[in-house]
Amino acid sequence: MEARRPRRLVAAWLCLMASAAVALTACSRPEQPSPNEPVVLNIGATLEPEGLDPSTVNGAGTPFVLLYNVYETLVRIDGEGEIQPLLARDYTLSEDRTVYTFNLDGKAKFASDAPVTADAVVTSFERAMGDEGTSQVRGKMEVVDSVTAVDDDTVQVTLKEPSNEWLYNVAGPAGIIYDPAGMDTLNEEPAGSGPFAFGEWQTGQFVKLVRNERYWGTGPRVDEVFFRYYADPNAMNTAMLSGQLDIISNLTVPQSIDQFSDTSRFTVTEGTTDGEVVLGFNHDNEALAQLPVRQAINHAIDRQALVESVWGGKGVLIGSMVAPTDPWFEDLSDTYPFDQDKARTLLTEAGYASGLTLRLRVPNTVPYAPPAARFIAAQLAEVGVTVKVDELDFASWLKEVYTAGDYDMSIVAHVEPHDISNFANPEYYWHYDNPEFAALIEKADEGPVDEEVPLMKEAARMLADDAAADWLFLLPNLVITTTEVSGLQKNATSLAFDLTTVATNR
Amino acid sequence: MSWRTLGLRLGGLVISLLVASLLIFLATNALPGDIAQVILGTNASLGEVDALRERLGLNRPLGTRYVEWLAGVLRGDFGTSMIGQRHDVVSQIAPRLGVSLWLVGLAMVLAVLIALPLGAFAAVRRRHVSGFVASAVAQIGLSIPAFWAAIWLVVLFAVTLRWLPATNYVSSPDDVGQWALHLVLPVTSLAIVQASILSRYVRSAVIEVLGEDWFRTARSVGWSTWGALLRHGSRNIAISLLTVIGLQLSTLLVGAIIIEQVFALPGLGSRLIMAVNQRDLVVVQAIVLLLVWAVLVINFIVDFTYQLVDPRLRRVEATS
Repeated sequence: MEARRPRRLVAAWLCLMASAAVALTACSRPEQPSPNEPVVLNIGATLEPEGLDPSTVNGAGTPFVLLYNVYETLVRIDGEGEIQPLLARDYTLSEDRTVYTFNLDGKAKFASDAPVTADAVVTSFERAMGDEGTSQVRGKMEVVDSVTAVDDDTVQVTLKEPSNEWLYNVAGPAGIIYDPAGMDTLNEEPAGSGPFAFGEWQTGQFVKLVRNERYWGTGPRVDEVFFRYYADPNAMNTAMLSGQLDIISNLTVPQSIDQFSDTSRFTVTEGTTDGEVVLGFNHDNEALAQLPVRQAINHAIDRQALVESVWGGKGVLIGSMVAPTDPWFEDLSDTYPFDQDKARTLLTEAGYASGLTLRLRVPNTVPYAPPAARFIAAQLAEVGVTVKVDELDFASWLKEVYTAGDYDMSIVAHVEPHDISNFANPEYYWHYDNPEFAALIEKADEGPVDEEVPLMKEAARMLADDAAADWLFLLPNLVITTTEVSGLQKNATSLAFDLTTVATNR
Repeated sequence: MSWRTLGLRLGGLVISLLVASLLIFLATNALPGDIAQVILGTNASLGEVDALRERLGLNRPLGTRYVEWLAGVLRGDFGTSMIGQRHDVVSQIAPRLGVSLWLVGLAMVLAVLIALPLGAFAAVRRRHVSGFVASAVAQIGLSIPAFWAAIWLVVLFAVTLRWLPATNYVSSPDDVGQWALHLVLPVTSLAIVQASILSRYVRSAVIEVLGEDWFRTARSVGWSTWGALLRHGSRNIAISLLTVIGLQLSTLLVGAIIIEQVFALPGLGSRLIMAVNQRDLVVVQAIVLLLVWAVLVINFIVDFTYQLVDPRLRRVEATS
């Protein structure tokens, strides 16, 4: 009798394990899709919002989800980087180029059904100019003198001085038109006029958007969108490979792109971003203050080989601080072709024939910086420049390099649109002081629109010729989708991940 | 155990909890860089950085901040996070605590369910090939790091076979079936190593019992090996296993941090890593404190349960 007890126990154990397995297999049976099922899109992303109010949080994660999808602006940036009408049907500019008159689209209304009126625009702009917003948002509205509602559908914005950049800036987070009725609870419940409404946010997991049934324009082609966040980019790749995602919004590990080479399942799009990876020089350094030294460094580095080795060969060469989608882009990547003999000659001319030692201090939290630093150290060693690579965590980098300027060279991507103007600020961590360049940038901003492009081109060329930095490459916009997904824009031209035309035929 | 010993033990526990909280507080405040500057990034003005320092209370003395923080924690108020839709730390952490507890708890249960039969079998059949194979299996399982097991489980079951989901966790109230499915791979990858470790302890505990005089007596009055083991041996085995299981629970809590990353599970560990990256120190302190306190309390309870399982220990203390 007693001897049988263990058998029973073994049997019970086996039963337990088996039933668990059966229960789970039962669960995993795929559900039959029914015609009434909502069309759901799952998007993988790595940068989660820090809050839901784009005017009070700094991070790029917030506009990525909300701009153009939940919130709209008077004008928007399209996939080619051009300004297009959105809430404003059209606009006129006064003779002295300081007064913008926007005519609102009469059909436009918020998700709450309230119409988008001139008063809503005034309230939103005044909020952006006030103390509540971040300095980024406030800074972009600094040039505004006054905002007035002429009538229900007409808004007049008076600038302190002419600015082309301002119109571009109000196509971004600074120019969002909020529903005045929801203004007090924007961090809990975004209130906008876009094709999607905010659904819910599970921190660390996802932000859900739902179709705005009352949308005033052409409605979206999907019903629900989940932005799912992955701290580990490999976990995101796994989710895509196992069929749990429809889109990877930007592949941050380009070396893993071969995982998606099955063209019957995946489509890989390689576009451009606004992220210039800059080998920045500290112009306060005695050697780097000399043009021949900066030129020598530019000649000594084989940037194409660097992109191959560091970023899987993805990313284009640019040669100056301009993204290819900017209207004044010119390919200046040939200004200093790879030529180490030339580099040695230039260094000798500058009096560094016997060698030069520079500290290259990079943040170790950005994946491209440490390998790029080692690559550059190896190539500069060949022309007699000793590079001491120093990897810092981002906090120390901000403190010592960015704030205190204790460095000779550094590598970081500058991802803000139109950030060429940073070179016009001698206080910025490069300490690049070129009044001629600063004057050009100012003239381009204040002058007539048709003069802006040639002036900006001149400014970009001036930076390149002066070797103000070494522009290593442009971060690519690597978007992976399943073959069912269509309608995504190729280049990242704004801070938004624009879903207005995305569809899936799953 | 006398009331006096219990009091002394409890006092010791409270002191360790306090020391731990002080160390955690000091460590997070010794992180390099200006926290306010890190949070605001490269686009903030100096004025904004100062304002944030003020708001975070970073300009006040360290001692005052520690006392205020601890007082808050004891009242159940872990402070205010910089990030999120709702800034209250408790409401951010509570749902994640559930995820981590299920993950760790289920992994421990699974480990025990595997280890007991495997270890006992390896002991009883240790002079046979089958017993040797059982030991070898444990030895292999022991040498697989949890994150590596996780990656291979994902490659096999999520990517190649596509039987089980790897990410996109679903919480249990929404859909219990889906919730369970999403936990299979993480729980298994956590349990493999712990089951192997535990089975080795089970094996040696059983071997020891098999050699005892009373065991031979039990066998000679007609009990089978397995029957005697279960009827008379289980308590003896349990005592030596309790310490190991206690230690393993602590290991699992820490191991879960990595596993949550691999499977993008919204538990405490993934929130901790996110908070470290965002320099959301209030959240970092809260989670580390919870983890460390949990380990201390587990150890305390393990100490305590010895005496429940082993009547001899109770008697010794009572007579002394």
